[in-house]
Amino acid sequence: MKITQISVFLENRKGRLYDVCTLLGDHGVNIRALTIAETESFGVLRIVVDKCDAAVKLLRDNGFVANFTDVVAVEVPDRPGGLAAVLKVFAENDVNVEYMYGFVEKHSDKALLVFRFEDAEAAQQVLARHSISIITSKEIEGL
Amino acid sequence: MDIPFWNREIETLDRASLEKVQLERLRQMVSWALKTPFYGRKLASAGIGSPEDVKSLRDLERIPFTVKDDLRRGFPRGLLAVEMSEVVRIHSSSGTTGIPTVIYFARDDLDRWTDLLARSITATGASSRDILQNMMTYGLFTGGLGLHYGAERVGMTVIPIGGGNTKRQIQTMKDFQTTVLHVTPSYLLHIHSQFENEGVRPGDLAVKRAFIGAEPHSENTRRKIEDLLGIQAFNSYGLSELNGPGVAFECVHRKDMHVWEDAYLIEIIDPKTGQNVEDGQEGEVVLTNLVRRAMPILRYRTRDLAFVHPEPCECGRTHRRLSRILGRTDDMLIINGVNVFPSQIEERIMKVPEVATNYLIHVDKKGALDRLTVKVEIYPKLFLGEAARLEALRARIREELRSSIVISPNVELHEPGSLPVSEGKAKRVVDERPKD
Repeated sequence: MKITQISVFLENRKGRLYDVCTLLGDHGVNIRALTIAETESFGVLRIVVDKCDAAVKLLRDNGFVANFTDVVAVEVPDRPGGLAAVLKVFAENDVNVEYMYGFVEKHSDKALLVFRFEDAEAAQQVLARHSISIITSKEIEGL
Repeated sequence: MDIPFWNREIETLDRASLEKVQLERLRQMVSWALKTPFYGRKLASAGIGSPEDVKSLRDLERIPFTVKDDLRRGFPRGLLAVEMSEVVRIHSSSGTTGIPTVIYFARDDLDRWTDLLARSITATGASSRDILQNMMTYGLFTGGLGLHYGAERVGMTVIPIGGGNTKRQIQTMKDFQTTVLHVTPSYLLHIHSQFENEGVRPGDLAVKRAFIGAEPHSENTRRKIEDLLGIQAFNSYGLSELNGPGVAFECVHRKDMHVWEDAYLIEIIDPKTGQNVEDGQEGEVVLTNLVRRAMPILRYRTRDLAFVHPEPCECGRTHRRLSRILGRTDDMLIINGVNVFPSQIEERIMKVPEVATNYLIHVDKKGALDRLTVKVEIYPKLFLGEAARLEALRARIREELRSSIVISPNVELHEPGSLPVSEGKAKRVVDERPKD
């Protein structure tokens, strides 16, 4: 099951990231996971939030360039080699990862990771076959 | 196509008859000009002491050029040829680059200017059935009032809204079902970018035409306007020194602007030598007003670079056409020794679909080297969330520019609405190099 990541284009200007976070915070949108892809002249903020549709509307209404991307959130055992074990499955099954980043989660013995796969469908089948659990959007809303 | 004319006889006059009218009017202008201290001296130095000394149109070339500084030095009344009691209106340039240049109109001057605008408007196919929203600034700037009176003479319904207040502009277009806009191209693009915010689609509006002018713009900007708004955009040319709008205007064919040659003598010169160049060759536009009594202007160097199309237009008008303004003799940037015109940059970036409507050219110095930065706003719908794609876009724009202007600029991508917006003439170049 895929979840939705929001990408926000950030021009290279002081306080722009602060602006996004303040806007979301002021409207009760909670960021669950976050990463920034940055180049020398601009950044792309990637976030997973609890109220995705509302957040995108909010961002666009406030002049931000924002879009949706499908990603997959995966549970990984929170112990040495936990991530490696999952990545091994991907490597052996020709699943290409475009990028990934960590997930904020409390009170759990699992680490959560967000993956963007080249082919999300194929990746999910492989994950299912190896009983690696995927987080649903419902769960994201409840986190 | 049914070609509309305001004054078919004068607009389709054969060359010989047109030149006869021109010579007659040039003599008249010389007689008026001789009344001013400025032209009294200038014409005397060229051996012209009376209108009879102008034997043919070729004698024009004996008259020394008039430049903007002459108008400034003559401030306020040095070029005035009538008593102030005869002057019914004063216009003035913005004075952004120094002392303003003041232009005086007698009642008959305004009448003749208004007629040229009625002619220009009619040439685009607009008529008394149209509703014109005039977004040019009123007041001292000639763009507002000049076209206003021409439109009223045509019988159009004129909404004298003036510049600025984008929300209200859009609401007005909706409320009155405006069919024609008079606007700077940069502001029209800005207005379009606000349609979505205002809940408007181009289809909700009745706009069919836009008269765009008051700032140089590229053919690609025109196309962008036409595609985005689903309208026809007509290029317009004029400058306050020569009355204002209505020096040249595009006809229904939208293939460059007819210069109203019974009212203006046009020359294209080599800006370095001052010599006339052949039709079709690029150079500086030099204009002589043939229809203004209160303030005659002879051989005015506009600093605009363009060329003249001598070949006849399909519309049947015999008045030659002027290309769009390709640049300015004074806005040329010299970047590490390379000549760059902002218009070349605009031409390139407006072709890129991912680029929205606003851009800025920034020049500064890094160490001993000039640094050129082109800032563009991205088109939100084409942002798919991938940094790599944006990097590729940046590289593509850079390469496009490099192939056109030889040097390779920095390209910055910006969020829509983040670059400064102008509601009148756009300021597209910021040069922060130290002056010495």
